Amino acid sequence: MNETLVTVENVSKKFCRDLKRSLWYGMKDLGSELVGRSHNYDGRLRKDEFWAVKDVSFELKRGDFLGLIGRNGAGKTTLLRMLNGLIKPDKGRIEMHGRVGALIALGAGFNPILTGRENIYVNAAVLGLSKKETDARFDEIVEFAELGEFIDSPVQSYSSGMAVRLGFAVATALEPDILLLDEVLAVGDFGFMKKCFNKIGALKKKGVVIVFVSHSMHMVSANSNKVVLMKDGFHKEYENPADGVEAYFNLFQKNGDQGIEKVCIGNNSINFHHVDIHTKVLRPGDSFVVSILYNTDVDYLDAEVDIAISTSHEVSNHFQATNKAYKKVIDLNKESKSLCIKINDVRVNNATGNIHIAIWSHNREELLFWCRIPVEFRGVDHATGNSFLDVFYDIK
Amino acid sequence: MKQNTDQQPGNNFIHSNITVYSPESSVKHPVHMIYYMFRDLFASRELAWRLAIRDISAQYRQTALGLLWAFILPIANTITWIFLSSSGIVTIRNTALPYPIYVFTGTMIWAIFMDAVNAPLQQTTGAKQMLAKINFPKEALVMSGIYQTLFNGAIKIVLLFLVLMLFKIFPGWTLVFFPFGILSLILAGTAIGLLLTPVGMLYTDIGKALPLLMQFLMFLSPVVYPIPSTPWAAAIFKLNPITPLILTTRDWLTDFSPEYLGYFFLINVLVIVLLLVVWIIYRAAIPILIERMSA
Repeated sequence: MNETLVTVENVSKKFCRDLKRSLWYGMKDLGSELVGRSHNYDGRLRKDEFWAVKDVSFELKRGDFLGLIGRNGAGKTTLLRMLNGLIKPDKGRIEMHGRVGALIALGAGFNPILTGRENIYVNAAVLGLSKKETDARFDEIVEFAELGEFIDSPVQSYSSGMAVRLGFAVATALEPDILLLDEVLAVGDFGFMKKCFNKIGALKKKGVVIVFVSHSMHMVSANSNKVVLMKDGFHKEYENPADGVEAYFNLFQKNGDQGIEKVCIGNNSINFHHVDIHTKVLRPGDSFVVSILYNTDVDYLDAEVDIAISTSHEVSNHFQATNKAYKKVIDLNKESKSLCIKINDVRVNNATGNIHIAIWSHNREELLFWCRIPVEFRGVDHATGNSFLDVFYDIK
Repeated sequence: MKQNTDQQPGNNFIHSNITVYSPESSVKHPVHMIYYMFRDLFASRELAWRLAIRDISAQYRQTALGLLWAFILPIANTITWIFLSSSGIVTIRNTALPYPIYVFTGTMIWAIFMDAVNAPLQQTTGAKQMLAKINFPKEALVMSGIYQTLFNGAIKIVLLFLVLMLFKIFPGWTLVFFPFGILSLILAGTAIGLLLTPVGMLYTDIGKALPLLMQFLMFLSPVVYPIPSTPWAAAIFKLNPITPLILTTRDWLTDFSPEYLGYFFLINVLVIVLLLVVWIIYRAAIPILIERMSA
């Protein structure tokens, strides 16, 4: 199991912002390539170029599941495409051992006019399977894709979910040593996603290396044993996925006064200038009050306010509520200029976390305010988890 | 560049199959490069076949006229030229064959050549999505284009035979060489098309200018009229490397002894060399094209 299947050493890739210039650089690169020069241009950037991926290095051994995360445009897909050999690195070296399966796009090469059956053979051939091998796996593919009698209908009559299922079924039938997944699983319905993850789990067990690009931190932390976080082409590797996920969330924090992160503080007519919860520590059973001060030129009647509590232990929110759920009407009018919301009886033990506050105009037509306030949840003695235990004796 | 990939399933890839990607130019290791070129070509045969079947069946599934499209254009062209010459608008020097047959064989052969020229750019552009997302032997696109040209060419040739019979012209034993004529036209067309593809993928100007240039080239070839008698014009015709290919192919079909056989073979050798060179360029270009198309 200790065999290294993927080695990435100081890999860099540059892109050009300007299309016309990019095409011209393409011509020049082609020229250099043909006279035997490597087209990295001594590793210097030309006009309008930038590093999309810079000095990335990591190693993956059999059975590794790498979560590749980062904001949009951080270079994740570019890196994946270099791993797949679609584009050449401008610097560095990539070594891949074994057969590489890539789901950078499900159903690439599907022809809408042809039937599912015909497309299976075309797609399998694209991925490198011979007709004989495809024949042997045909039933398995159809079964996994749950296409039934639709297999002989043209693909243009398929729903998007059906096309996705077919694509995934064909790609995993390849039985790769290394599987590259680029956000492709986000499209299927819940039942199919479950199936995909079972399939991925089975591949993992067989020792397949999986590189998984996703914005779903839940999927990343649930599956990976390693995380690489990309930021502006640079990378950081985390042996502990939870650290990586936390660092990912930190990317979105603009820490201001007292660590309060304000993503949105109003528009031209309304301005939220102060928010506070009057405490930094909450114990189980405590209540807290969010007080908000604002100035507004127009009345925002029947606004909606979301209050959520998240803890660092959990991927999703520990608690979330809106004023609608509790049948409270909130009007933001010119006169009052302040708003207080009380949350009773918070039950969280031993965790650091955030209180999220989002304020929307009527019917959620516009997001007016959004901030996160860091908070520490203290436990009672001997409590270790983040949930609060309560005991009742009257359960029938 | 790719130094070792194994698209062949069923091998024991764990021990033998290491792929290295680095910025180094593949031209630096010519022996490796040529080995991988031919191995990828071999590996692409299944895919090329599948892609050809896919495109051919998709092409004819959504048309009312179906296979007619393979020869509507050359027929229209033939009718135009028969009209032009019989009405006296243009005077065409006597041809050894009846003029309608001369024009018809010429335009049919030219149409096959045109298909071959257009195929590489068309196939590569059509596969943009696939190229950007899947790694597969790119030779499949070129091979698939050749298969499709052959298929459409076969339809044209069947029609050509029917018309020849109608005019009571029966091919002689030289007919056995006719396929070689067609093949060398297709290879020459593929070489030209492949040469234009890398630049044509970056700049659409190539695709726009190509029909115009081909039209021009047709009038400099003995397609709808024989080599003119004016010395300077004749010289241009004879310099045109397509001339011996067309004349020899037509002669083999209509049982004439080819006039430019030596020239025909010379051109074929040059075509093979050109094909190898443009193949190398094409392979080197693909990753750069993918990068520029999606950047």
